[in-house]
Amino acid sequence: MKFIVAIIKPHKLDDVREALATVGIEGMTASEVKGYGRQKGQTEIYRGAEYQVNFVPKMKIEIACDDGVADRAVEAIRNAANTEKIGDGKIFVLNLENAVRVRTGETGASAL
Amino acid sequence: MNGADTAWILTSTALVLFMTLPGLALFYAGLVRAQNVLSVLMNCFAIAATVSVVWLVVAYSIAFGEGNAWWGGLGTSFLSGVGLDTIRADTTLPETLFFMFQMTFAIITPALIVGAYVERIHFAFVVAFSLVWVVIVYAPVVHWVWGGGFLSEMGLIDFAGGVVVHVTAGVSALVLAIMLGKRRGFPNEIQPPHNPGMVMIGASMLWIGWFGFNAGSALAADGAAGMAMTVTHISAAAGVIAWSAMELMKYRKASLVGAVTGMVAGLATITPASGSVGPIGGLVLGLAGGIVCFTITQFVKQRLKIDDSLDVFAVHGIGGALGTLLAAIFVSAALGGAGLAEGMDTGSQLGVQALGVVVVAIWSGVLTFVIATVLKMFVPFRVKLETEVQGLDLAMHGERGYHNL
Repeated sequence: MKFIVAIIKPHKLDDVREALATVGIEGMTASEVKGYGRQKGQTEIYRGAEYQVNFVPKMKIEIACDDGVADRAVEAIRNAANTEKIGDGKIFVLNLENAVRVRTGETGASAL
Repeated sequence: MNGADTAWILTSTALVLFMTLPGLALFYAGLVRAQNVLSVLMNCFAIAATVSVVWLVVAYSIAFGEGNAWWGGLGTSFLSGVGLDTIRADTTLPETLFFMFQMTFAIITPALIVGAYVERIHFAFVVAFSLVWVVIVYAPVVHWVWGGGFLSEMGLIDFAGGVVVHVTAGVSALVLAIMLGKRRGFPNEIQPPHNPGMVMIGASMLWIGWFGFNAGSALAADGAAGMAMTVTHISAAAGVIAWSAMELMKYRKASLVGAVTGMVAGLATITPASGSVGPIGGLVLGLAGGIVCFTITQFVKQRLKIDDSLDVFAVHGIGGALGTLLAAIFVSAALGGAGLAEGMDTGSQLGVQALGVVVVAIWSGVLTFVIATVLKMFVPFRVKLETEVQGLDLAMHGERGYHNL
């Protein structure tokens, strides 16, 4: 199993969710986060004073899936989240040791 | 007593208190970090409560007692001698109502100063300073200008408080900001306003409340009140347009925070002149206020590097002073104003206006320095660095504005 963490632009969340649904991903966790990469921060101006905002708002989505689906899921996220502009985000793929469904106690792939 | 006048001033009193609670409080609270939102709201609320009491105990008497050219004395402390049937001299209003109407001005003036010291001041100092300031700085100036003191004898035009409210608050704010020092990270690494929407809501309440502030200062329900309301509104609108135009030219974007700041600049500028200029004067004063206050805001923060955090001096102090000076020109009947007083020409009126601004600015600046210097020996002035970083809400008040922080 793989655990996929993707940092994307906030307005791309719905597109990514729909794209993942088409490759069979049936659950995800999404959170509002702040961060920066090569995009660095952004400048905001209030009353003529410039404020350097180092951390830019992003969405973080987390999904767990079977090994066989992982590549297609990553591709789906990349296609849906891509605006071809700086700041589109990153996708991280981790090995996932186990998963447990809280209600039934099922483990492994059947818990996903 | 006149029922119509009384009804309008009863209304105006509510409008002006509404300017502070919650108008100014929200306006300021939206401009600070999320960790300090409650401290700003609490500053305004605490000032409203404590100044009300000190106004009854002593400040009203100093401002409006008979006294002499310099102060009103202590004869009207606790509204001594004022009953149901007492009519305020030179008005058609019950004195209790006059007392209440003027109290709302005494509340908002020290509350304006809050903008200078947000995010780093100790709450105890806010309360102590505001109380002493209202008694020693504000009340005597009120007496000089509105209570029959020497500036009113000289013919100073200050209809609703350009000098009394905005110059006193603006200059005192600048002095306190210098004494207190910059916020950590100022000017390049401070966080932007946490809620510009809240700023706009509060500013809109100020705009509406200002009808009571300026049109109420006619102390009657008459043509002067109608004209004051008209020029007040036009000036606010012109201030918005002027500030936004400056931002568009300089940054290619017109911001919400900028637009509402322009509104406040326009309103502060028209305040002293609102009883004497016509609609053209209102328009010009609003535009001038927006442009000049925009420029001074940048100058104070970026050139002088003074952290008058919410621009009290640049917007209120400068706006109030500018309007006080321009009143001498736009009072002219040829420009649609009410006309100069007998024996005055534009030059002599301008001289009186300038003298009023300078005298009150020096009085406010020097005494603010003295009061703060003495008070900080007894009350904590600035919070510790750790508290400043964590935010004042938890440290000073034990509560948080937002629970997802």
